[in-house]
Amino acid sequence: MSFVDQFWQLTVTGLLVGAIYAVIALGYTLVYGVLQLINFAHSEVFMLGAFGGLFAVRALLPSGNINALLSVLLVLAGLAFGAASGGLAAFALERTAYRPLRRRGAPRLAYLISAIGASLFASNLAGKEFGRDSVNLPKDLFTYNTEVFSVFGARVSSQDLVVFLVALAMLLILDRVVSGTQLGRGIRAVAQDADTASLMGVNVERVIVRTFVIGGLLAGAGGFLYAMKFNASFTMGFIPGVKAFTAAVLGGIGNVRGAVLGGLVLGLVENYGQFFLGADYTDVVAFMVLVLILLVRPSGLLGERLGRAA
Amino acid sequence: MTLLVVDDVVVRYGAVEALKGISLSVEQGEVVTLLGSNGAGKTTTLRTISGLHAPARGTILLDGEPLTGKPPHEVAAMGVGHVPEGRRVFPRMSVNENLEMGAYRDRSHLKEDTDRVFQLFPRLAERREQQGGTLSGGEQQMLAIGRALMSRPRVLLLDEPSMGLAPLIVQTIFEIIKQVNDEGVTVLLVEQNAAQALRLADRGYVLETGTMAMDGAAKDLLVDDRVRQVYLGEG
Ligand SMILES: Nc1ncnc2c1ncn2[C@@H]1O[C@H](COP(=O)(O)OP(=O)(O)OP(=O)(O)O)[C@@H](O)[C@H]1O
Ligand SMILES: [Mg+2]
Repeated sequence: MSFVDQFWQLTVTGLLVGAIYAVIALGYTLVYGVLQLINFAHSEVFMLGAFGGLFAVRALLPSGNINALLSVLLVLAGLAFGAASGGLAAFALERTAYRPLRRRGAPRLAYLISAIGASLFASNLAGKEFGRDSVNLPKDLFTYNTEVFSVFGARVSSQDLVVFLVALAMLLILDRVVSGTQLGRGIRAVAQDADTASLMGVNVERVIVRTFVIGGLLAGAGGFLYAMKFNASFTMGFIPGVKAFTAAVLGGIGNVRGAVLGGLVLGLVENYGQFFLGADYTDVVAFMVLVLILLVRPSGLLGERLGRAA
Repeated sequence: MTLLVVDDVVVRYGAVEALKGISLSVEQGEVVTLLGSNGAGKTTTLRTISGLHAPARGTILLDGEPLTGKPPHEVAAMGVGHVPEGRRVFPRMSVNENLEMGAYRDRSHLKEDTDRVFQLFPRLAERREQQGGTLSGGEQQMLAIGRALMSRPRVLLLDEPSMGLAPLIVQTIFEIIKQVNDEGVTVLLVEQNAAQALRLADRGYVLETGTMAMDGAAKDLLVDDRVRQVYLGEG
């Protein structure tokens, strides 16, 4: 089949995966905005969110048949528990891995090492507690998933549609929160000038914690979406994590809309790329994108906007 | 009534002692100016009052209540407005949004106070949708002052509002400070532009490398030989 024949299918899959990257990428970009710090443990927040959502669905799953309504309710419950687990993990991470360093005015490198340590800890703890094999959602959760409809000839399952719409809804809500709420104003002020924000009465420490938690809620729900489409495992965070980081850098780290654009573009590029190079090269394409942006346009597509002073 | 008291405050940056036990006070309704050459410790004094630096020793009181040890957002909530050195407007927020940040804690008078600021600075009104970072230096200074007024402060700390501005704009800024003070806001004004500051102020302090070297009524300092030589560049 030619690229033209496959174009819409690749586009649909690319946007779907890209929307998940975007949801995770926001966590990197928001935290970078307020702290000028790459939270490398964010990938494990995503992983813990996936397990949180998955276990919740398993626990709630009734025996017997599942109709479409119940299926939707279970997905919503999974999202809620995934988000809650992610938010909690991010909160704990900020408290234990970062705040003590901030109090001490530690150098940049210390944050990076702390993040890697926290990351290894979370991933291995999950491996120990949740098992080393990958875990799937109960298969009969998506009996309705056999329904397939087509967009420009591309096949879309209703599950795919759910994943995409939920991701899209989260992106829109986040955008509203950042642009139109008190917390959003605080986040943007701290990102642009933390000292001056504090002089305006912004509790900078509280804004930082809440920024971590927002990133965690998104990543946790994103983890559940990812587990719905693929599966969950204690090592699942790493690759999507680095890709979401790539997406954030691609859009311009610190830039909220940039992260969304970066996620979607990366999802598309990676899927088009794999058509030409083969599925084994999906990840290679993504990381080539990262290296290329860093070489050619380190400020990303839309530039750092929340971050440094103009 | 004494509104602001700084008593025997020491501030260190690592091994450097930036403030070596300074004291000053500001009465309700006064304009007090704090003079001194580069590196004397003027900015450090204002930042310490606002809670951005923790003093190693000494106390700071606002209307009898200790500010020492409080984080900046709590100090702001107690009624200290701070126009920082270098203006520090939020570069990627519009003029309107910058003013909103001034009213971050209490938005109940947002509309009224925004109108008030635009009345004081009509040039800002024309640029209300423009990003802070794209304003001229003078407009940024107006915005920084307007933003601080949005919180209805009891005392306004101003850190070199005339820095880098054309004489005509400096004139405007000083007139506004006078007007704001006439309406009841107490002012602590840090300046290198000593002549103009002393003409506006009731009293003045002179800081020399972390130590308070002189203080007195502004009209006395204006004719003081040492002040004239060192800070007014005369004879
Ligand atoms: N963050 C810092 N770290 C180390 N030393 C500092 C820091 N900030 C100020 N200093 C030092 O403290 C002293 C006082 O500085 P400060 O900025 O308060 O002076 P100033 O009177 O405001 O000067 P200027 O007129 O240049 O604004 C100077 O010697 C300065 O080098
Ligand atoms: Mg200074």
